[in-house]
Amino acid sequence: MRTLAIAALSTAALLAGPAAQPAADAPVVVGSKAFTESVILGEIIKQTLERSGVPAVHRRELGGTRVLFDALRHGQIDVYAEYTGTLYQELLRPAQDQAARTAQLNSLGVQIAVALGFSDTYVLGTRDSFAAGTALSSISQLRTRPQVRLGFSNEFMNRADGWPALKRYYRLPQSNVRGLDHQLAYRAVLSGDLDVTDFYSTDPEITRYRLRVLADDQHFFPDYDAVLLTRAALTARARAVLARLAGRISTAQMSRMNAAVTLDGRSETEVAHAFVDRLFGERTVASRSSRVAEIAEFTGEHLLLSGASLAAAVLLGLPLGIIAARRQRFGRLVLGVAGIVQTVPSLALLVFMIPLLGIGFTPAAVALFLYSLLPIIRNTCTGLLDIPRPLNESAIALGLDSWARLRLIELPLATRPVLAGIKTAAVINIGTATLGALIGAGGYGQPILTGIRLNDVGMILEGAVPAALLALLVQWSFDGIERWLLPRANRSS
Amino acid sequence: MLLYESVSKRFGPILALDSVTLTCASHRTTALLGPSGCGKSTLLRLAVGLLWPDSGAVSIDDERVDERNIIEWRRRIGYVIQEGGLFPHLDVRANVTLAAQYLHWDAARIEQRYRELRELVKLPSSASRRLPEELSGGQRQRVSLMRALMLDPQILLLDEPLGALDPMIRRDLQQDLVELFTRLGRTVVLVTHDIAEAGLFADSLVLLRGGRIVQQGSLADLLDSPAAPFVRDFVEAQRGAREVLAARGATQS
Repeated sequence: MRTLAIAALSTAALLAGPAAQPAADAPVVVGSKAFTESVILGEIIKQTLERSGVPAVHRRELGGTRVLFDALRHGQIDVYAEYTGTLYQELLRPAQDQAARTAQLNSLGVQIAVALGFSDTYVLGTRDSFAAGTALSSISQLRTRPQVRLGFSNEFMNRADGWPALKRYYRLPQSNVRGLDHQLAYRAVLSGDLDVTDFYSTDPEITRYRLRVLADDQHFFPDYDAVLLTRAALTARARAVLARLAGRISTAQMSRMNAAVTLDGRSETEVAHAFVDRLFGERTVASRSSRVAEIAEFTGEHLLLSGASLAAAVLLGLPLGIIAARRQRFGRLVLGVAGIVQTVPSLALLVFMIPLLGIGFTPAAVALFLYSLLPIIRNTCTGLLDIPRPLNESAIALGLDSWARLRLIELPLATRPVLAGIKTAAVINIGTATLGALIGAGGYGQPILTGIRLNDVGMILEGAVPAALLALLVQWSFDGIERWLLPRANRSS
Repeated sequence: MLLYESVSKRFGPILALDSVTLTCASHRTTALLGPSGCGKSTLLRLAVGLLWPDSGAVSIDDERVDERNIIEWRRRIGYVIQEGGLFPHLDVRANVTLAAQYLHWDAARIEQRYRELRELVKLPSSASRRLPEELSGGQRQRVSLMRALMLDPQILLLDEPLGALDPMIRRDLQQDLVELFTRLGRTVVLVTHDIAEAGLFADSLVLLRGGRIVQQGSLADLLDSPAAPFVRDFVEAQRGAREVLAARGATQS
């Protein structure tokens, strides 16, 4: 029930549209991207606001940069953590000065509110023992040490602003450089097969394996300073609270928090809680929701998402199927359009929804609704058309009008195919609804998404198993409905 | 009285009815006869508004059958087809009483009419709760007849009602139908390709070929004074017709 209420509220909030000003007591909506650091930061923002008496909700793991930034611009979220490098190079028009950037941000209704204090950029690092033994501490030192073995992640090797640019910029002599997987690269550095590789400055492995970061002494790497982006319309009160976070998270601290989640398996909520405790100089007990409560919440979200979209599809699909059976040309058109919608990959359909409907429940439900239409329309239409002609003519000859024939004869005779269509739609719907988590609709996709990010099979199963069970359950219930609805006669036919 | 005036009907390249003018007298049984595709079923389908004529007119008791009054007309016409056309999802009682339920007859009236009809067509009461698939072929046609008669129609149209039955059952039902038509005294139009059956039921036989009426008359007319060589060929292809005539003559005299 609570889940229902929350979902209904957030739906209403989303439907209220971009232009709506936040109501005084509306919760601040915090967003995060689908990677650990962003989720921890989202949780920190949310808890900081709550600890100061500002209601907040966290829509976690919404997707990538584009999704978050657009959601912010359109007022579907109020704040999220972004990196200046990403902002200046990907989101805003490139190569403009600070004044122009500020002007562009203003025109988008977005502000840079707070610099958190750390920077998440590419760094070069080596193992502690190697750095100590060779007194290596900066990138420029590599110029005079051609024998140092370098190996970089494939991405860094290939990026225009990666190794090729770095080599030119620092005039580095090393030429026999290997490209390999990121995980393999740091293992190779630890084992001594490589000496130097690239990291993100807040990678958890840096603190965990005591890697030594080489100073970018000639400032090659652009700044990826973590900042909070907020809507310009955010309340002054919330803004004042968020200001407390300015400069409070160091690079090492962020790396440790990342390690606590990805290496120690603690939840982002817990890790953020410990941080906020320190920030406020107090100790409180983290309210940890139990696994059961969590799964119950996912179940509620999933059921609402699938149930609402399926119900809407039945309400529209049945009449469309009936009209399609009566008017062949209209029928071909409707089935054609529904068929085309069905061929759009589900992920793409969800993403198409974002510019139209934003993120969260509504766009996901609309996408699922569109997916559920075809099987229902098609089966209703063919079910009605497959009724033997003598039966139709007998009904006509009895003097029944068109509506009575539909109600008393045609729909009962087409019950089997119509139910089969709804069943197909329901099963597809429940499976596809797991993708809804990608655009912030929650449901069983949420633990699957988190599980993939954290490489936690248990968590993936926490979403996948109930989703599969739900699909089976729905299938069985439809079989039950069919047995109950259908008289003895056309069950076997 | 069912009247066809210069009715033509074309299906694509095939002219199913070629300006047919025909009167089916009130309170009499008329049999439409002829080889497959001669247009006899088309005449019935025009009367009940499953088809509309390309030209000409169909009228019942001097009132023209058109799209505006067709639903009313259908309720005054009973229509039975070869396989019965019973609704497989409804039991016997529901099939028979469907139209009356739809017209909101009260329950007692429906029950009374149902019982009358069941006795009329000699259907055992145990069959009432059965589904059509649980009935024999003969029982299905009896139920189909009950359904056609439920609203007490002026006109009864039967399209090869016995066509799908095996000979024994067919003979029983023939006898019952002859009795029934006599008792009802309604205008009946029956389609068959069996001249003996036509002679058994009908006073007026209409032989069609290629969408035209070749001859209309009594069985005796067709047998004794054929209007065309085709009539003789059609009659002689079906043995037994003379025996029927003889039998009828015997019972009537």
